[in-house]
Parts: sequence; C-alpha cells; structure tokens
Amino acid sequence: MTGPDGSAAASAAPSGARLDVRGLRKVYPGSGRSGSGRSGRGRSGSGGAGAPVEAISDLTFEVRPGELVCVVGPSGAGKTTLLRCMAGLLPATSGEVVLGESAITGPPEGMAVVLQEYGRSLFPWMTVAQNVELPLKEKRVTRRRRAELVRETLAAVGLGDVDGAYPWQLSGGMQQRVAIARAAAYEPRVLLMDEPFAAVDAQTRFDLEDLVRALWKRLGITVVFVTHDIDEAIYLGERVLVLSARPTVVLEDVEVGLGPDRDQLETRGTAEFARLRTHVYELVQQAKQGVRSLAAARLTHTVGGADV
Amino acid sequence: MSGTGGTGRMSGTGGTGGVRDRVHAAEARTGARTGLGRVLRSVLLVVGLPAVLLTAWWVLTDGSTSYFNPPLRTIVGTFGETWFGSPFAESRFVQDVVPSVLRLLAGYGIALVVGVVLGVAIGSSRALRAYAEPVLEFFRAVPPPVMVPILMLFLGIGTSMKIVVIATGCLWPILLNTVEGVRGLDPVLRDTARAYRLGRAATVRHLVLRGASPQIVTGARQALSIGIILMVISEMFAAKDGLGFSIVQFQRSFAIPEMWSGVILLGVVGVLLSLVFRAVTNATLSWYLGYRQSQHGGA
Repeated sequence: MTGPDGSAAASAAPSGARLDVRGLRKVYPGSGRSGSGRSGRGRSGSGGAGAPVEAISDLTFEVRPGELVCVVGPSGAGKTTLLRCMAGLLPATSGEVVLGESAITGPPEGMAVVLQEYGRSLFPWMTVAQNVELPLKEKRVTRRRRAELVRETLAAVGLGDVDGAYPWQLSGGMQQRVAIARAAAYEPRVLLMDEPFAAVDAQTRFDLEDLVRALWKRLGITVVFVTHDIDEAIYLGERVLVLSARPTVVLEDVEVGLGPDRDQLETRGTAEFARLRTHVYELVQQAKQGVRSLAAARLTHTVGGADV
Repeated sequence: MSGTGGTGRMSGTGGTGGVRDRVHAAEARTGARTGLGRVLRSVLLVVGLPAVLLTAWWVLTDGSTSYFNPPLRTIVGTFGETWFGSPFAESRFVQDVVPSVLRLLAGYGIALVVGVVLGVAIGSSRALRAYAEPVLEFFRAVPPPVMVPILMLFLGIGTSMKIVVIATGCLWPILLNTVEGVRGLDPVLRDTARAYRLGRAATVRHLVLRGASPQIVTGARQALSIGIILMVISEMFAAKDGLGFSIVQFQRSFAIPEMWSGVILLGVVGVLLSLVFRAVTNATLSWYLGYRQSQHGGA
C-alpha cells in the first residue's frame, strides 16, 4: 500500500488546510424540491415552480488542518447540498465557506472531490490512467511528475495493473478507487467525499474505508467525509458532525476517541465504538423526528463521558 | 487508443486475479469481433447480398433488347471506357467525379465545423437554446433541395453555390444532434470537470466534444447521405462538370449504358465514403461500444 513511493508523494504534497463554514444558509428558489430531495441533487429544474425550499438553515463549524471529519444525518438532511457548497459547485444563499484564508466563490485550488456516483464521475472515454492524469494536466504538472503521480496513486489504491483499462471495464469498487486515486494524485489540501461508498457492496466498503484512512494519514490532508452510515462515520472520523433534518443545523459535534489506528474488527468491537454508535444513532433518530437542538433531544441511553 | 490495445497490455503484468478476470471478461465482450472466422463471416455478410443482386441483374437483363434497359454486360463493358478513358487526366473520373467529391467534402467539412461549433454553443446555454430551437426546427423541416434554386439566385451556378447547398443541407442533422449530445452530458461529469478546475478549452475538448461524440457521429452519418444527394442534385440544375451532371448529360444524349454506369459509380462512391466514415467512427468511438455493452450487461 505505502511502499517506496509513499515518501515521495508525502514530501511533495502540501499539508491540509483549514476549512471554516460560517453561518451557511442555502435556499433553493421556488423549484419544487419536495420529498426526500435526493433526486434533485441541488440542481433546480426549470419546471415545477413551488415554494422556496430551505435546505440548510444555519451551519457553522470548522475543520482543522489535517483533520478527518465525518458528516452524518438523516436522509434529505442537505448533506449533499452542504458538500456542494463547500466544493464551490453551488453558491450559498448567505454565510460563507472559508478555505485557508479565502472565502470560496467557485471550485477552489487545492480541493478535490469524490462523488457518490463513481460510474458517472469518471470519463468513460478515457483510460484509468488518463482519468487520473487529466486534472494534473490542467494544473500544469510536468509530464514526468504526472506519470509519477499516476503510477504512485494507482499503486496506492491497489490498481497498479489496470492503468490502461477503461473505467467501465472495472467493478464498482474499483471505479471508486480510481476516483480516489484521481483525488489523491491531485495533491489537494482538502478532500471532500460525498457518500463515496453508498453504492458499493459491504465488503468492498470496508476495504475502501481503510484505504481512505491510510491515504489520509499518509498525505496529511484535511478530509470531510459525508455519509448516511453511522458506523462508517464513527469508524472513519476523528469527529462526527450530526446534522438535523432540513432545514439543516448542526445537532452535535461528537469527538471520536478511538485513537489514530483503526481496525475493522478491533475498533468496531470496542465499548467506546458501541457507545458512540448508540449515541449518534439516537441523535439521528431524534433528528428524523424534527429535533433541532441537542437540548431538545430526548436521549434514552445515558452517555457516559467525553461529549456533553 | 483502441479498447483491445489498451487492455491487452495488462495481461502480462502481475496483480490480483480478480482485477484481471474482470477486465478480461470485459475485453472478451468488446474484442470478440477480432477473430479471423468472424472477419470472414462479416465479409461474406457484406458481399453476399450485392453479389446476389448483381447476378440477378446480370441474368435477367442478359437477353434484353430494350433500349432503356440494356444488359448489365453492356453497362459494365462501357464502364471503364466511359470513366477511366485515356488519357487519364482527361477522363471523366478526373474531370467530373473528382470535382464532385471535392465539392461534397468541402460542403460536408464546412457543415461539420459550423454544426459542431454552433451545436456546442447552443447545447451549453439554456437561454441560447430556448432562443434558437424553434428557428432550428423550422430550417430542419425545409427540404434541402429547395435551397438550390434560391441559392442559385444569390451565388450563381458555380462551385460556391454547390458547396453552400451541400453545407446548408448537411448542417441541420449535425447541429441538432450536437445540441442533443451536449445537452445530454451527465451533470455529474460536468461537476467533476468544474471541481477539478478544468478550463473552458479543456472542458470542451475532454468533456463536451468527447461526451457528445456519439450523437455528433449520428448526425454526421445522416448528413453524409444528405450530402451525397445534394452533390448530385446541385449538379442537375446547372453545372459544367460533375458526376450528377454527367449522368444527366448521358441521359439527354441517349447514352443509356453510360448513364447506368454513372448510377453504379455513384453508388460505389457512396459505399466508399461510408466505409471511410465507419473506419473513422470505429477509431474514435471504440470506447462507446464497450461502454454501452457494460451498461446493458447489468452491474
């Protein structure tokens, strides 16, 4: 996984940047984004005029440089909207997202994104290697360095031998690995991931989770990982942000005290993991019922410890 | 880079078995047509029906005494003399067929460039699309040959008129299909291109044109047959050379076998052009065939 190339990539890669979300609010103007809102994906259609939909009410949180933060919430909680705002793909109605020192107005430099729809985020007319290389060309990375990065990152995600294949020749999990390799090769300071493993099978998902942890540690970058899977959020994150239902606010910012080294069997078997899982699960259930603050949440299981 | 060439490279290198199995399975699906037996069979398929038709024509007309329907034997007999007579530089092939084809290629090329450029612009902008679409539909509905007498008024009967006729006829299928293709681009791919800060030029080159290429090719294929029709028609109204002109001239001078040979030559030109077209298409769209198969094959 790490190999001899690990050091080379780490030395050249800039470290993680700070990401601040301040009073973020997003209202979709008068286009019916009713129901779960999953199909809308924040792209307002031309038809179906309706009342404005407030997807995000007021979100404020910060992600420290080099931190791995998971964002979890009930479905339709505006998680994707939040991520699209952070990525600069969607303008906020009010509030701002600050990367490092500057507010984001469009896709910023030094940020990479991995989307849920792996099959649709890779260019099907390019080989795996070309997909990884394309953003580097735009970044004006030299040809030699590009070849190096492509080789290193594909090897790091376990795809060293399929560089000449087309994405659609690969399984879903492998395609998502390509997307991750593309993000890693880009040498971002912040990596945003939007439910990247929602559509892959459970076993592949465990592998990919460990891959993300490994890459994060090796590159020292800031990672924001959006998921609806509570276990995944706790297993991956240093912190878990629990969101309310729409219009979205932060219900709780949960510190995950599971240490730097995680193991699918060991970590998931610990008492702390179970405690966090119970707690976050209850919060998400309360959020589904419309609870909008931690004080209003009626938690039946006592929380012994860190987060109060 | 063809699909088989790209995937073939990895078979020698080591790696996890599952990876290679999957890739090889996909390769087997896409690359199955490369076997020698397959080639032979497809050649037979291509040649079979024309051979039957020509034989039937030959046999049925062999004893024909009809002036307007001469034996195929006679037509074939005049073919070489009519088109490739010596000296070659003064043969009808050089004097008539080559100018026709050059005009076709010029008009078709103009339509291709204008259609794709306009199509990308219109397809990329919702406002421009709403503005332009009704007009485009109107122009598409106008049968292209109608433009010949009109354009003759403005451009005379020279080469430029013929090229413009061909270009205006070929433009619409290319333009409208390009618009559709650009509009149908996956928004996730667009987001990806934006998130990785691809510039305008790179987005057009790597995303828009490649993503719309299946539809562009569909339009270009329709345009090619329209172009051949217009090549002939534009010469039938008024011309001093050309394949269509020659056929009409033969007909008017009652050179009936020569006229038939011109029709055959026209068909041959059409077949050759479509073969060239298919070769170009296969080279640029090899990914698309495999991609479509992988989408239909489940997963």
